[in-house]
Order: sequence, then structure tokens, then C-alpha cells
Amino acid sequence: MRQRPDRGRRGAGLGPFVAAAGVGAALVGVPLLALGVIAFGGEPAVLRHVWHYVLPQALRDTLLLLLGVALVTSVLGVGTAWIVTAYRFRGRGLVAPALMLPLAIPTYIVAYIYVEILDPLGPVQTLWRALWGFRSRADYSFIDIRSLPGAIVIMGLVLYPYLYLSARALFAVQSASLLEVGRTLGAGPLTLFRHVALPLARPAVALGLTLVLLETLNDIGASEYLGVRTLSVSIYTTWLNRGSLAGAAQIACAMLLVVLVILLIERRARGQRRFAASPKHPRPIAPLALEGWRGALALGLCLIPVFFGFVLPAGFLAQQAMTRLLAGRADLEMVGQLATTIALAGTATGLIIGLGVMIAAGARLLRGKAMAALARLAGLGYAIPGTVLAIGLLWPMAGLDNIIADLVRQIAGVSPGLLLTGSGFAIVLAYLARFLGIAIGGIESGFARISPRMDDAARALGRRPREVLSRIHLPLLRPSIVSAALLVFVDCCKELPATLLLRPLNLETLATRVYADASRGLFEEGALAALLIVLVGLVPVVIAARPQARDHVPPIDQDRALGPALPLAS
Amino acid sequence: MRKFSWRIAATIAGALAASSSVAWAAEVNVYTSREPALVKPVFEAFTAATGTRVNAVFVQNGLEERVKAEGANSPADVIVLVDVARLANAKAMGITQPFDSREIEAAVPTGLRDPDGHWTAVTLRSRVVYAAKDRVKQDAITYEDLADPRWKGRICIRSAQHPYNVSLIGAMIAHHGEEQTADWLTGLKANLARKPSGGDRDVAKDIVAGVCDIGLGNTYYVGLLRADQNAAQQAWGQGVKVLDSRFQGGGTHVNVSGAAIAKNAPNKAQAQKLIAFMLSDEAQRLMADANFEYPVRAGLPSTRTQAAFGPIAADPLALAEIARQRRPASELVDRVGIDN
Repeated sequence: MRQRPDRGRRGAGLGPFVAAAGVGAALVGVPLLALGVIAFGGEPAVLRHVWHYVLPQALRDTLLLLLGVALVTSVLGVGTAWIVTAYRFRGRGLVAPALMLPLAIPTYIVAYIYVEILDPLGPVQTLWRALWGFRSRADYSFIDIRSLPGAIVIMGLVLYPYLYLSARALFAVQSASLLEVGRTLGAGPLTLFRHVALPLARPAVALGLTLVLLETLNDIGASEYLGVRTLSVSIYTTWLNRGSLAGAAQIACAMLLVVLVILLIERRARGQRRFAASPKHPRPIAPLALEGWRGALALGLCLIPVFFGFVLPAGFLAQQAMTRLLAGRADLEMVGQLATTIALAGTATGLIIGLGVMIAAGARLLRGKAMAALARLAGLGYAIPGTVLAIGLLWPMAGLDNIIADLVRQIAGVSPGLLLTGSGFAIVLAYLARFLGIAIGGIESGFARISPRMDDAARALGRRPREVLSRIHLPLLRPSIVSAALLVFVDCCKELPATLLLRPLNLETLATRVYADASRGLFEEGALAALLIVLVGLVPVVIAARPQARDHVPPIDQDRALGPALPLAS
Repeated sequence: MRKFSWRIAATIAGALAASSSVAWAAEVNVYTSREPALVKPVFEAFTAATGTRVNAVFVQNGLEERVKAEGANSPADVIVLVDVARLANAKAMGITQPFDSREIEAAVPTGLRDPDGHWTAVTLRSRVVYAAKDRVKQDAITYEDLADPRWKGRICIRSAQHPYNVSLIGAMIAHHGEEQTADWLTGLKANLARKPSGGDRDVAKDIVAGVCDIGLGNTYYVGLLRADQNAAQQAWGQGVKVLDSRFQGGGTHVNVSGAAIAKNAPNKAQAQKLIAFMLSDEAQRLMADANFEYPVRAGLPSTRTQAAFGPIAADPLALAEIARQRRPASELVDRVGIDN
């Protein structure tokens, strides 16, 4: 049987893979189920109110925000990805990784910073008044950063790296021969971009955009502060002001419909097209050298999002942190919070990557529909807003906690307390549920680059699935694993809603610390902690930016090259 | 990478297990939605005074749900919540128990605690009208005035769905009924200089910048701005004044931060002691001064807050009544569409 891998696939050694997928799917499925149960208990009056007065406006704001952010991130992400892939210019080596940096700063912090800089009393408008001799804000018109357009620009600046990463990964491997044909036929750079590169990049754009839109949909801090009343904001209002968790859960379910629509659109956009580029010998594009002003222009264009998405906000934080350090107001507690952040994020990342490898490998080795469905469910957590997921996890986890506690008390006579929510483990589980999708997607896209014929050959030679994985797949998967791990790690460090809700007594991470200050209206007090988050996030982003394995692009399976999440390293 | 994280995992798991199983002579666990920086000094003073260790966690949204979900084995002893509506909600959810202490009853006026003894206010915060020092002559105003057309295009507020505003609107409903409050909100909306956004500090800044002349905010934000060591922030704080704001025939709208004993508190005696301590002269001053709030303890001598903003003439409306109006107020905000 071993010689026939297509039959032997149900054979021995696959149990752990299925179990991993089961665990992953349960982690996402259980909170979703809990959410459904909560939503079911809603009063009709709440639902009527939401339907009449909340949803129309919340849907409109949400859709406008999504559209705007999609537009901004597309221009910034795809444009810069194209420039750094298709051209060689002075400074490219620096700017190409730097374009990922905005990933390291939490969105709501950037929103606070931009309001501080651009509001009527900020430096920009103060200078403007001084230049033109205005005395009051009433005397002139100026952009209002606390608005829907403001929110679109701010979120666009922070979220474009998702698109940049996926578009760049695709440009790098797929377009070479077609582009060269185009060039030979005399197409100019803009024509090439519009008629060859852009259509080619469509699947990658769809993928990156999905991540951007899910992040946008998830956001609560920035939207609320900037006065944009999205679905997420109305979930909060319904829950907290009207005391209706059930009503909130119902809006959350409506929001999940939006998510499903986004995911469906993404699948269609991705699935409809297949490309004729040779799957066996893809070559990286030979970049055109840009000299003189052209090179400077290319560099300048790429520096715009880096500056506004990272340098300016990080610089602001650094300046605020500096004044507080000089005033002697830094406390040693922050060292502990840094350690806690790294420990929680590190633990979660380890587990997520382990589980992600097992699930992606299971999907690969089993090639069955059930397994694929489990893997998809396990990866869905990323699409569920953090707060919703946290609330959904709270009840089952506390329930399990109580069962364990009561059981131990009956047996041993002493209660051990709540083991999951009483330790940091509940948070780790929440991270797992939320970010497993990133790992599965990244690793699946890595798998897609390994020809299935290798598996067949190995299996035909009598290797067990576990051996195929450890001896063949894992070494080849290394770059994808590393990049997925880094992205997961950064996201865990920034995670707020689940950490806030599920942490045990006395446990503080950098993110919760920053939030505590921000919620008093004193976000500058948290500047140092925020800066530490940025620095912790920066390390992996810089590591991920190393041009690892870029020279050896293994054969690629076009259809699966773009898994559900982004392939970070190309 | 994986091995490394496993090692970290084992280490924290061990550390956490160790820290949670160490039996302290006495300890008390606090779940708080009041920001840690504002309660920590009190907890430290309590530990210094009694030797009881205070374990705290800041949980903002969902604190009540968490205690409820944790059920019988919840470690929570004391629940500290900001906003009376949340305190009332905690009681309604059945996650609190009555304290039994004459000490508390003696210290706190009746209107500032639950009639059944499930919660008590520990600090008062007033919600008032800020005004531009240079452009607004008057020093007093009624909340009802905010709907007067003479303020057309001159008012700034943060989102009307923010709990601070919902509470004020709830009090308005308690005073004048829902219909009149709807008219008032409509008038207020017509007077807004800009769509509601930002926070109370942004309202103050917009007034200083000239976007609007008056706005709604909690008193303490002005105190905090003026006390900031950043000169620019001080200037913003100095650019606005706090008007003597009252309901017609009533007083200044106040909300509270308060405390309750959790239903399944494992250290009930300590919980009771901590709450009593929070109402002591020392703790009252600490908490009020930390954030320019007012003590709830009757007859406590002047604090930093009173020095800056004068004594408070709190609206006599019972807090529990304001809490009852939270949901109608929140729904009214949507119906009038004031945030749109």
C-alpha cells in the first residue's frame, strides 16, 4: 500500500495531524458557538432598536471606512511593492524592509498621535496660523483629522504593509518572463504595471486586502476616538450602554456576515484566475536600474509611507518617552511588563507555529475535504474581532475552569482556584484562537512551493508521513515558518482586548499598560511602554526583512501559492 | 524558536503556579475598571496599614461578565467600577453581595450607595460645562441651556454614547422625562460646532483653539491639564474655565466610582476592610487628589479638587435613578442621531 500514496494516506501516523486540526478548529468553533448561544438570548426590543437606529448608520460608516482603507492601502502597498521589485535604486536595500515597519505600532496609538500632531493646537496648525496670521481656528479651514477621512488615512498608513508583503511576494516570483516580454514589446513602466503586473498581482492584492479589511473591521480604539461609528463601535455601545450582551452578540453575528462576504470575494478574486507563468522555473524579475533623479523619485515615493506610517509616530513616542525619562518618571515595573509580554507572545507563538505546522501538514498529507474544512475553521479566528472572540472564549474557559476546580476539590479537598483564567494560559489560548490563521496560511503557502511529487516520491520509498514532514518539508518550510512566527509574535505583542479581559490578577503586559494610560486620556504617559511594544515588534520585522532564501525559489504550485494568509518571505 | 518558547512557557507556568499557590497571611483580590494608576496608591496605603496584600487586575469592558462566568470559584473579592450604571448592573447580574458595615453607612450619604448595601460610591466626579476663558463671560450655566439657539455652532462634545454623556442624558431624563430630553438633545445637536469625537481633553483643546466656545467634560480633565508638567498642556487647561453647571432647580451632575463585594468573595472579611479603608479620610483624599475628584465621605475637609474648582453642589437625584435611565438615554442618543 505504501507505494500508492493516494490510498496509503489514510494510513498510520496521521492521527496527530487530525488531532491538531481538531484542536485548532475547536479553539475557534467553541467561542463562535458561545457567541451564537449568547445572541440567541437577545430581547426583540434591543434588536428592533439596533435594526432601526444603529445598523443603517454603522453599516454605512463601516463600508465607507473599508472602501477608503482598501483604496489607500492598495495604492501604498501595491505601489511600493512594485517599485521595490521592479526597480533597483540607491536606498532600495534599506527602504524595502523599512516599508514593513508600520506593522509594529498599534493602530489606536497612531490615531492618538496624529490627532496630537494635526489637531488645532498641534504643531502643524500652530505653524499654519503663525504663517498666515490667523488668530483662531474659526478663521481658516483645515483638514479635520478626527473624521472618517482622517480614520481612512491613518488606518491606511498603518495597515498597508499587509498588502505590500503579499504583493511583493507575488511580484517577486511570478512576473519575470511576462514582464520581460512586455518590455521587449516596448511597453513603458506604467503600461507594464497596469497591464501586466497589476492583473498578475490580483490574487495577492485580494489576499493582502482581506487582511487589511479584517484588521479595519476589528479596530475599535481608533474608530471610536476619531468619531467613526463602525459596527465594532456599536457592538460596544449595545453591550456596555444598554447592558445587552445578547444584542451585542447579534451585531457581532451581523459583522461576521460582513467578514464572510469579504472572504468570499477574496476567494473569487483569487480563484478565477490562473496564470500561465511557468510553474517550474519561475525567475525573480531582473530589476531595472534607476539612476539620478529617477532613483531619487523611486526612493522618495517609498519613503512617504515609511515616514508617515512609522518614523513620525515612532518619533513622537520617542520624544514623549524621552521627556518622561528625563523627568525621572520611568518605573522599573516596565521591565517586568516587557518580560511578561515577550513570555506570553513567545509561548503563544511557539504553540501557534507548532499547531500551524501540524494543521497545514495534515491538510497537505491527507488532501481530504474534511481536513481542509477543519483547517479553514481553525484559521477563521483572525476574522473574528478580538473582543468578540474574547467574550466568546470567556464563558467556555471559565466553565472548564470551574469543572476542573470542582473536580479537584472533590478529590483532593482543596480548590486549586481557576487554572486557565487564573494563570496566563487563558490569554495564550485566546492568542492561539485568534492568530492560528496567520500561521496556517503562511505555512500552507510555504507548502505550496514544495512539489507534491516530492511527497509522493518519499512515500513511495516507504517514508511515513511524520518522516516526510520532518525530513523533507520542515527544512524547506523554514523561511515560511520563520516569517509566520514573526508576524504572529508581533500581533500577540500588540493584542489588547483578549489580554485585557482574560488576564489574571497582577499580570500586566505592555499593551495593557499603554491602554490603562490611554483610557485616562493620558496616552503620552504610556509613551515609553508604547515605544517598547514598537521595539519588541521591530526586532522580528527586521529579522523577517532579511533577504533569506530569496535566491532559491522552489517550484511553486500556482493555485495554492497564496494560502489564506500572507506569504511573508518569498 | 519552538524549544525556546516551550522553555519560557514552562517557566511562566511554574512562576504563575508558584505565585498563585503561595498562601499569604492575608490578601484581597480586586477587579477594577478604574484605571490602575488611580487606585494603586490606595491599595499600597491599605497594605501599609494592614499588612494585607492587594492583588489587582484592571479589566475595563466585560469585568462583570468575567466575574459572572468565573462563578463560584472566582477569586474576585472586591469589584471597583466607574459609572453608577455599571455598579447597578453588577448588582442586577447577581455578582455582588451586601456588605454589612455601619462604618460604611455612616460615612456615605444615602443617595451615594445602594439601598440594599450592594455597592457604595467611593469618589464623585462632576460633569460640567467648559467655556473659553476669553470669549465666554458668564460663570454659571444650566445643562438645559445647552439647547438654547444662542449657542448655535458653539458647542463641542465627545460621542454622546460615551458613558459619561449617557449618564448626564439619563439624569436629564430623570429630571424632565424622555420627551423633553429628546427635544433638548435635538437642540444640543443643532448647536454642535462639529460632529462628536475625541475625548473630554479634545473638547477642552477645541475650545482653546476656537473651534467652539463651550463644551461638556468631566471637571478633572481640566485639573489634570493644568497640573501637567508640559507647559503646552497647562496653557490648554488655563484657556478654559469650568462653569458652575447645574440642572434647573437642581445641582451639578455627578457620577461615581464605586466598590462592591463580589458574591463569591473568598476573602470577604478583607474585602469589607478594604472598602471601609477606601472610605477613610486618608484614602478619600488619596483617590480624590489623584484625579481631581470629590470625596464621598460627608464633611471631609477641602481637597486639591475643591481648591481648584470650589465646593460641589451635587444634584440631589439618587444615583440609582440615573443608573435606571442608562438604557433609555443610550437609545435616545441613537434615535436623535446626535453622533451622526
